[in-house]
Amino acid sequence: MTTFLGMPTTAPRGVGNLRGDEPFPAAAHKALQDGQLRRNLGHATTTIRRKSGAVIGELPDWQELREAGSTLKANTMARLPELLDQLEANVTAAGGVVHWAADANEANEIVTDLVKATGHDRVIKVKSMATQEIGLNEALEAAGIAAVETDLAELIVQLGNDKPSHILVPAIHRNRAEIREIFLREMPGVDPALTDEPAELAGAARRYLRETFLSTKVAVSGANFAIAETGTLAVLESEGNGRMCLTLPETLITVMGIEKLVPTWRDLEVFLQLLPRASTGERMNPYTSMWTGVTPGDGPQNFHLVLLDNGRTAVLADEVGRQALHCIRCSACLNVCPVYERTGGHAYGSVYPGPIGAILSPQLTGVEDNASLPYASSLCGACFDACPVKIDIPSILVHLRNEVPHPRAEKAAFGAVAYTMDHPALYTRAQHAAKLSRHAKKLPPPLNGWTASRDLPEPPAETFRDWWAKR
Amino acid sequence: MRIALFVTCLADTMFPAAAKATVQLLERLGHEVVFPPGQTCCGQMHVNTGYQDQALPLVRRHVRTFAPYDVIVAPSGSCVGSVRHQHAMVARNAGDAGLAARAEDVGSKTYELSELLVDVLGIEDVGAYYPHRVTYHPTCHSLRMLRVGDKPLRLLRNVRGIDLVDLPDADQCCGFGGTFAIKNADTSTAMLADKMGHVLETGAEVCTAGDSSCLMHIGGGLSRLDSGVRTVHLAEILASTSSSSEES
Repeated sequence: MTTFLGMPTTAPRGVGNLRGDEPFPAAAHKALQDGQLRRNLGHATTTIRRKSGAVIGELPDWQELREAGSTLKANTMARLPELLDQLEANVTAAGGVVHWAADANEANEIVTDLVKATGHDRVIKVKSMATQEIGLNEALEAAGIAAVETDLAELIVQLGNDKPSHILVPAIHRNRAEIREIFLREMPGVDPALTDEPAELAGAARRYLRETFLSTKVAVSGANFAIAETGTLAVLESEGNGRMCLTLPETLITVMGIEKLVPTWRDLEVFLQLLPRASTGERMNPYTSMWTGVTPGDGPQNFHLVLLDNGRTAVLADEVGRQALHCIRCSACLNVCPVYERTGGHAYGSVYPGPIGAILSPQLTGVEDNASLPYASSLCGACFDACPVKIDIPSILVHLRNEVPHPRAEKAAFGAVAYTMDHPALYTRAQHAAKLSRHAKKLPPPLNGWTASRDLPEPPAETFRDWWAKR
Repeated sequence: MRIALFVTCLADTMFPAAAKATVQLLERLGHEVVFPPGQTCCGQMHVNTGYQDQALPLVRRHVRTFAPYDVIVAPSGSCVGSVRHQHAMVARNAGDAGLAARAEDVGSKTYELSELLVDVLGIEDVGAYYPHRVTYHPTCHSLRMLRVGDKPLRLLRNVRGIDLVDLPDADQCCGFGGTFAIKNADTSTAMLADKMGHVLETGAEVCTAGDSSCLMHIGGGLSRLDSGVRTVHLAEILASTSSSSEES
């Protein structure tokens, strides 16, 4: 059977969490003033970086593993339509139902209808980037269905009426005092004597979540991997709460981006080594849950898989940018990024922050809608070195910068500079004019960004070429 | 050896001391330095800001200017990075396969100064004398685009009189990033603040690097703080001898 997903379109506006309210520099300006945020981020990213670096250093074949991961992903993308068909056939044969969602609106509608059909008005959720991306919780709420996040950090974000700021540790921007306040204010049945001791906070969440697990009949998850040859889905998590959601309810609905496929079981061997070491700095992932369709008498008896496009096919059509689809959401690039470390995730405006977000969000939405993100990087290249599947993020940033609409004045200026540089006589004249800036302590906009924090160098008495000509 | 100097527009215009030092160093080591006329700018700023169309004539000019030479050196890791890793891409994107091939060729014989000295000329002790406390910042493009590794440090360790101190978190970006420093001035400044903090921690009088651009940023910040710490290009330290001063 062939499946036609329609022409590649980008993620629709007005739904989901891929677009920010303001350009990156404005959002970053605010984040940079938040001392608590800066401290939390600096501490957390440094800790994860150190831990991850140590366990990666234990593997003599880490570079070969990265190469294998990269090659497997490239191969999967090249065969995506046939592999998706194979996945659909195998999930269906195992008793699951496969749904195709061209975009966020379709996916939200499919999931909402499926939940309504169960007759329940509450779902428990496994931490999932795809459902954050499409704004599923908001869509369910609009339909009168409560969605309870069960990942501890996601729960903190949800109860705080907040947005995640990191792919792996979404509440990285919160400290324990803030978490205590949020729990006291928002958590049903919380003990009013709750302190800010981490063990107590975790205990409060556990009591609340256990009740919820046992009384909720529908779960919604994402997926880290789907194996085409068997129709098996895999979720990797650290708390076990995800496994509760995947095993206890009667109905399980999984929303998965179409790029999450791997062709065979054997391929997981590579990714199950890469992901935990790159993401949490663990040698082995703590809770790896896998399921294939429905097993009579064991686990959810109704399984639905929603395959989400939401701009991915458009990304796949871009020869340079398509590598962004190789991402396994480890967040190693966030943890090594000097920009992310200082601004945090909210400044990126999208559920995908950091270097991967700077290349993924603009491609999913179309570059016009996230035009400032490709510039949210100094192109230092630390992300490329850290990426376990070798996504060349700096090159894709440069590629996207070439695609975004440019401000007219800037374009004119760059054109004029290029013209000057292509005419040595003009260039020499411009060099001599530059000496006039000797006493400029403050440059005019937009160059005042430089002089706000940095002095200009003293222009030299003569240029190099003048010196050379006199030798 | 006959070596063509790709001076870079920034060193030519604002930091000629780094370029002069490159010439003096190589001549002292017994090599002939030539300065191909007609060179201006490699177009890195254009490419990295999203103006590949505008960069194309600059790529064409650079390739035309340097194609006749066998060995080319630049006192800048990021400009060499652009020539080596971006010029052919710009040409290919413009549909000019011939230019792309010539750009690959020019890129393959263009070296950052420490690469030229260690890899091509096979020298780690250039006979320099520099009696100052110095810390070295490995710029991102030297480190991660060119993979110069510890070559600059090997050269610096052989300098007489130098008191070389490690820079904490040395591999962290200083926050320059070309137009990033202006488009994202706040974030750039936050990164700079941490870099300056580490430089000051070392107690060094001089912060050195292989890129005038990053040094312009770090030096501009250190100057604003009246910190008393100077930024000096690697070439200037390596060119210094007991009978010269770095300003020569």
